Amino acid sequence: MELVLAAAIGVLAASGVWLLLRPRTFQLIIGLTLISYAVNLFIFSIGGLRTGADPVLQDAAGGIAQYADPLPQALVLTAIVIGFATTALFLVVLLTSRGLTGNDHVDGEDGTP
Amino acid sequence: MPDNILPSTILGLPFAAAVLVWLLRSRGRNLAVWLMTGTALLGLLLSLWLYPAVAGGGALRQVMPWVPGLGLDLVLRVDGFGWLFMLLVCGIGLLVGIYARYYMPADDPLTSFFALLLAFMGSMLGIVMSGNVIQLVFFWELTSLFSFLLIGYWHHGASARDGARMALVVTSGGGLCLLAGMLLLGHIAGSYDLDAILAAGDAVRAHPWYTPTLLLILLGAFTKSAQFPFHFWLPQAMSAPTPVSAYLHSATMVKAGVFLLVRFWPVLGGTEEWFWIVGGTGLVTLVLGAYSAMFEQDLKGVLAYSTISHLGLITMLVGLGSALGVVAAIFHIVNHATFKASLFMAAGAVDHEAGTRDLRKLGGLRRVMPVTATLALVAAAAMAGVPLLNGFLSKEMFFAETLAGRHGPLLDVLSVVIAVAASAFGVTYSIRFVRGVFFGRMASCLPRQPHEPPLWMRVPIGLLALACLLVGVLPARVIGPSLRVAASAVLGAGHLPDYSLAIWHGLTTPLLMSVCAFAAGCLLFAALRRRFDGFEATPLTGRLSGKRMFERVLAVLAADIPRRIERRYPSRRLQPQLLLIVLLALVAGTLAATSAPFGFRPRWSSVDPAFALLWLLGAACAIGAASQAKFHRLAALVLTGGAGLVSCVSFVWLSAPDLAATQLLVEVVTTILILLGLRWLPKRIEGLAPESRAHRFRRRRDVFIAMAVGLGVASLAYAAMMHPVADSISRFFLERAYTEGGGHNVVNVILVDFRGFDTLGEISVLAIVALTVFALLRRFRPAAESIRAPFQPQRQVAPDAEEAAHAVDRSLTDYLMIPGLIIQLMFPVILLFGLHLFLRGHDLPGGGFVAGITVAVALILLYMARGARWVEAHLRVLPVRWIGLGLLLAVGTGLGSLAFGRPFLTSYFRYAELPVLGKLPLASAVLFDLGVFAVVVGATTLMLIALAHQSLRRPRQPADLPGGQG
Repeated sequence: MELVLAAAIGVLAASGVWLLLRPRTFQLIIGLTLISYAVNLFIFSIGGLRTGADPVLQDAAGGIAQYADPLPQALVLTAIVIGFATTALFLVVLLTSRGLTGNDHVDGEDGTP
Repeated sequence: MPDNILPSTILGLPFAAAVLVWLLRSRGRNLAVWLMTGTALLGLLLSLWLYPAVAGGGALRQVMPWVPGLGLDLVLRVDGFGWLFMLLVCGIGLLVGIYARYYMPADDPLTSFFALLLAFMGSMLGIVMSGNVIQLVFFWELTSLFSFLLIGYWHHGASARDGARMALVVTSGGGLCLLAGMLLLGHIAGSYDLDAILAAGDAVRAHPWYTPTLLLILLGAFTKSAQFPFHFWLPQAMSAPTPVSAYLHSATMVKAGVFLLVRFWPVLGGTEEWFWIVGGTGLVTLVLGAYSAMFEQDLKGVLAYSTISHLGLITMLVGLGSALGVVAAIFHIVNHATFKASLFMAAGAVDHEAGTRDLRKLGGLRRVMPVTATLALVAAAAMAGVPLLNGFLSKEMFFAETLAGRHGPLLDVLSVVIAVAASAFGVTYSIRFVRGVFFGRMASCLPRQPHEPPLWMRVPIGLLALACLLVGVLPARVIGPSLRVAASAVLGAGHLPDYSLAIWHGLTTPLLMSVCAFAAGCLLFAALRRRFDGFEATPLTGRLSGKRMFERVLAVLAADIPRRIERRYPSRRLQPQLLLIVLLALVAGTLAATSAPFGFRPRWSSVDPAFALLWLLGAACAIGAASQAKFHRLAALVLTGGAGLVSCVSFVWLSAPDLAATQLLVEVVTTILILLGLRWLPKRIEGLAPESRAHRFRRRRDVFIAMAVGLGVASLAYAAMMHPVADSISRFFLERAYTEGGGHNVVNVILVDFRGFDTLGEISVLAIVALTVFALLRRFRPAAESIRAPFQPQRQVAPDAEEAAHAVDRSLTDYLMIPGLIIQLMFPVILLFGLHLFLRGHDLPGGGFVAGITVAVALILLYMARGARWVEAHLRVLPVRWIGLGLLLAVGTGLGSLAFGRPFLTSYFRYAELPVLGKLPLASAVLFDLGVFAVVVGATTLMLIALAHQSLRRPRQPADLPGGQG
């Protein structure tokens, strides 16, 4: 489980970073999305993975151990919403930059592809 | 009113009045004046009421808890010294308020001016009433800020802007030093409480950090009180309206520096360092200011340099280190404030009536404005130190102090000579001021025909001149008790030195010095009388302009150094900079990994084949998206969505249903958003441009870097997952979620209750982003080649254009007829589902975020199916109002707990028995969650609709957006 998820995080991060180094704004927005997946999974996975744990409190008495860790979940929930906001902002900035400069290069000038 | 809340009332009044005046906006010039003067008068009366409380030498304290965990309290402390300053601040504030009403141009509503003046008054009161040094620094910086705004009040003039900026840079820079000094001082004394620090004087002076602490605090005091070498900002600040100069730059704000010196004299004073630095600086400033004042041509410039010189005198008195010096310093603070404020007002009156402040142009005005001339004459005589006026008394004390002779023969003689010389300069510039304006030949070519200023401009000047006279004639009766109270508060009731406030002490050496200075000053004036007008700059020192040096330093700091750094930096382009950042992170990560090697082995046995298969798909999607993002944007977007779905499934798999739901819905909204944006990007066709070797190299290099990063992140993630977790605070949340938050869904309880403040911040960010997106899109100018509608819509609307009877997007609605109908029917169902998600959020997976995005998705689906025009004809969507209401609700819920005496955002819950529904949990956190819900709905819809509308509007015809009404 852990190994697969770690590898997955690695692949997502690598694809994202590769796109981050590209010159086109659209590549950047896709890259940032992929990186945010990787980071969300990473934060979520800190502290170990649990399958089949109860996500909400049960009335029947049971130990703390039967529940999934709520803290990383709350953190990632916040991160997902903020990630959405930044993606939206970036999208509009890239569209504005495209309108102003006439191209979609991150530096606003079509020198090198 | 009981004494124990009086200090906070006095402090709070000006700030409250400032807000009120500010709210008056452009209607209420007279009301603003009444509020300003009324507040000042009330403050003055309340301060006077406090006299019995401080008369005994004690201090009145009012303590309000602020950050008790750090030992920080909001302490207001009024002792005799602070009390005297309160009288000055309120009293002169009152007079300046009356004066400004008639001085300022009639077409200026003055509300912002008086609001700033009131806020400044409050800040100044804050400094003198602070019982906590951090609090003192806070108000200190506030005075710098309001001084900046007031100097730059006529901001259309370049000199006002430059002067304001210079004052801000110098004084707030000093304020930062002061903060550092106060932190050190508090650290040494073990407390930030003023009383504790005042009691720890011996420990502070013996501490090895004494010198740095002293230097930092002195930097703060010297910059504020315009001491050499920081004096240059004060003459530049004369571009301020004259009431501001009279109030801030003579009577109050610049006194804050010397206030600080006197206040901390019992703690920091009396050492060698103190004597040399404070005494020396005061001496240099005294002479330099007086010398420069003689050669100024601007009326206010003369007064500015004279103020610098008098501040130097006060500093020197404190620096000499004797108790008598401190008494004299306090006395001179009051005297200088009275005569200098009246002189500034007189100068303002001349400027107001004659239209110029240039000494070379003015002359003979006593014939046309006799009252002003008489009053100015009295005040100027006080400034020169003529007997029977207050300036004479404190100057006598100053001379006596220089004669005390405790620092070796050379120094003693030097200080006596310099004191007499500076005093002689003072006589010279006073004569020049009076004679140049009011005597001599009547000025012929003035911009305006001068006459007496309005009565209420003369009254404040008159009252202050009267004060000079009264103190000068009956010192022991008029100022004696107040001075004693103030001095004993600083020195301690039992340690008051012997001094006598009398006009005549017999034929003493100080009197002889006074006579010498007076004679020398008159002679100097007579000698230079005809030559004064010819000086363009001050002889000898004019070249060493502090202003020019300041500008040069600023230019080096703000332009040269950044430019040099930028030149050294590899590139100004973003792409290589990103590469550099990634490489740096990679290097840092590698270094960290090698220094702490991972002690684990991969455990192959735990791999679940189904999960592995799932992520095989996910990885393929991610790599596919990366490779397709350049030429096939739609495909890349779909593949990214695939990777997102896989991580969504992983969340379900790993017991996090809340995350899965949120991720899924956010995924949908993000995809729609980017799809809407795709249309405005330039077309890119594969294989058009031949690929050069450099490109190929760069791509391979980046693949290599990306793989290295991926490998690093993967091993870091694996190490983090395998690392056993110490007992985290999760246990706390799990145990308390039900008992204290009243919810079964711990994640939701954390978001809306335990960490509600974070969530409030988050929805604020969301709201700000949505408004920014909206604002950016309102002025959106697409590139020329994307203005034409894309191919498919052109085809769709082509039949409509041919047949005039058709509506504009009729074909579009026909085209999606069946899906549109289904979505229209499903719309209420989705809304109901959103409501369901919201209501169950506290106990089961769901909550405000998810419900909000669900409702937004419902709206967007409707837009997609029926077209924007149809939706907006049938439904009023006001996203901005949703955002506003949501934020208000969230903040209001948080504030509600204050009403019950609990901290902000404390939630409350109980169970209610309802007839049909049964037992229901009712938590105030649900209201907060409702706010979250509304903000999410509003923000998401606002962004999506704003972007969608870009395709609807025709070129050069900005269409109305629905958010515009909200």
